[in-house]
Amino acid sequence: MTETLASPVAAAPVRAVRVRPERSVASAVVLTLYILFLLLPIYWLVNMSLKTNSEILGGFSLWPRNPTLANYLTILTDPSWYMGYVNSLIYVLLNTVISVTVALPAAYAFSRYSFLGDKHLFFWLLTNRMAPPAVFALPFFQLYSAVGLFDTHIAVALAHCLFNVPLAVWILEGFMRGVPREIDETAYIDGYSFPRFFARIFMPLIASGIGVAAFFCFMFSWVELLLSRTLTSTEAKPIAATMTRTVSASGLDWGVLAAAGVLTIIPGALVIWFVRNYIAKGFALGRV
Amino acid sequence: MNKPINNRAWFLVLPVLVLVAFSAVIPLMTVVNYSVQDTFGDNEFFWNGIYWFDDLLHSERMWNALGRQILFSAIVLLIEVPLGIFIALHMPKKGFWSSVCLVLMALPLLIPFNVVGTIWQIFGRVDIGLLGRALAGLGLDFNYTQDVIDAWVIIVVMDVWHWTSLIALLAYAGLRSIPDAYYQAAKIDQASRWAVFRYIELPKMRGVLVIAVLLRFMDSFMIYTEPFVVTGGGPGNATTFLSIDLVKMALGQFDLGPAAAFSIMYFLIILLVSWAFYTVMTNLDREEGPQ
Repeated sequence: MTETLASPVAAAPVRAVRVRPERSVASAVVLTLYILFLLLPIYWLVNMSLKTNSEILGGFSLWPRNPTLANYLTILTDPSWYMGYVNSLIYVLLNTVISVTVALPAAYAFSRYSFLGDKHLFFWLLTNRMAPPAVFALPFFQLYSAVGLFDTHIAVALAHCLFNVPLAVWILEGFMRGVPREIDETAYIDGYSFPRFFARIFMPLIASGIGVAAFFCFMFSWVELLLSRTLTSTEAKPIAATMTRTVSASGLDWGVLAAAGVLTIIPGALVIWFVRNYIAKGFALGRV
Repeated sequence: MNKPINNRAWFLVLPVLVLVAFSAVIPLMTVVNYSVQDTFGDNEFFWNGIYWFDDLLHSERMWNALGRQILFSAIVLLIEVPLGIFIALHMPKKGFWSSVCLVLMALPLLIPFNVVGTIWQIFGRVDIGLLGRALAGLGLDFNYTQDVIDAWVIIVVMDVWHWTSLIALLAYAGLRSIPDAYYQAAKIDQASRWAVFRYIELPKMRGVLVIAVLLRFMDSFMIYTEPFVVTGGGPGNATTFLSIDLVKMALGQFDLGPAAAFSIMYFLIILLVSWAFYTVMTNLDREEGPQ
């Protein structure tokens, strides 16, 4: 009698909830369908990038009959193409470094202290994440032309700070909240100065948060086109803009276009792999 | 959560303040400046009062674009939010497969916006695209460059493809934070699947779902590149959303005054809605207390 009463309680914390088999099958089906839906268009792009133009336009086939890497070769041997990737990477990395560097102390201030106007300031920062890039395209163009930064990498990096800095502050603040304040206090009692405490103790504690914030800055800077296209002409032209130009110029060079598209997916895919365990928490801005 | 008051914290915020002031306040003031002036060219401007705003409020073009924008955001949110939650409920909680799911699902989020447009432009074409070909094979007359409904369908499906994963990942993060004990209690009470969802999972996901809806609302309201690449705002003006119209006005026709007034109204709408969301979110944070 005592045994039957005691056993479910004792076993409960250890045993996970058992999922009935028919439910897990249904789950697998739902997920498989969804992921198929996600991957099909991407597959089609890859498929087209491996075909020649005459094969693309000549007939319809689910996979390339004569796979060719010619389209990729075109891109990787022509500076006007591959410099697009270099330009994109330069301003994306610049932006990531700037955004995270300035966001770190600010996020610390928001997570640890209350100060005059802190709530208003935080909301004002968020409003910049909400500002439509279309609103800022023209004034940015004039501002950066006026200060002589037009068509430089730093111009695009600074422009992308508009939405990346608030986002980085938001994410980092979420992660920093999870660190108990006792740690700060103990460190100060132990005689650490603020900069030393911040660099030696605090930053390692929120390392995953910094990684996630950097990932999101990378992501939003990498995918944005409107501002980066408006602020550049030749010297710092991003790969995404190079693609739009080619569509209009040569009209129907579908193979090269598809290959360029595939190449823009690769950096993102690589970065995802590194942060895969934190993606979900990062999207929740550290608030889980 | 009671934090010590310390106004020196302003020094820590200063770098962000300077940077954002440079990249947001100065441009925004330029916009305000243009919105109340007119020009006959040659960089000579004169005071024009609220004429452009008055003009804007009576502009059919603006109201139509705004209507399409609201319709688009509403459709997209109504599809993506329930679908995203549904997907999240079916994701494996841990192990190798959950990593695989996460990586595959996050993939569309990291594709540059115009490449997303290009992918769907190709995918939907009747001559070379898989989707267009398949629909034609089913006997449907699908042509997104000619037909208004088809253009809307492809843009909505594209957005669902692009962003549902964001909601799913957020909801998944919320679900993972629910301790097993909650489910066991529900099991002992013999709660139905629906009851578990309604009374355990949904309340626990509330916080992240507010963030999800906020992000999706903002981004869908600002959408520019994807529909621009796929349909160019056509057929006619059927898919000309606010951003597309604004860029056409500002960078295409260089109508600075009207475009600036348009910008300010546009920004104010987003601000208003986001403020409402933000208030809800901070109230939720307060209820949950320090974590």
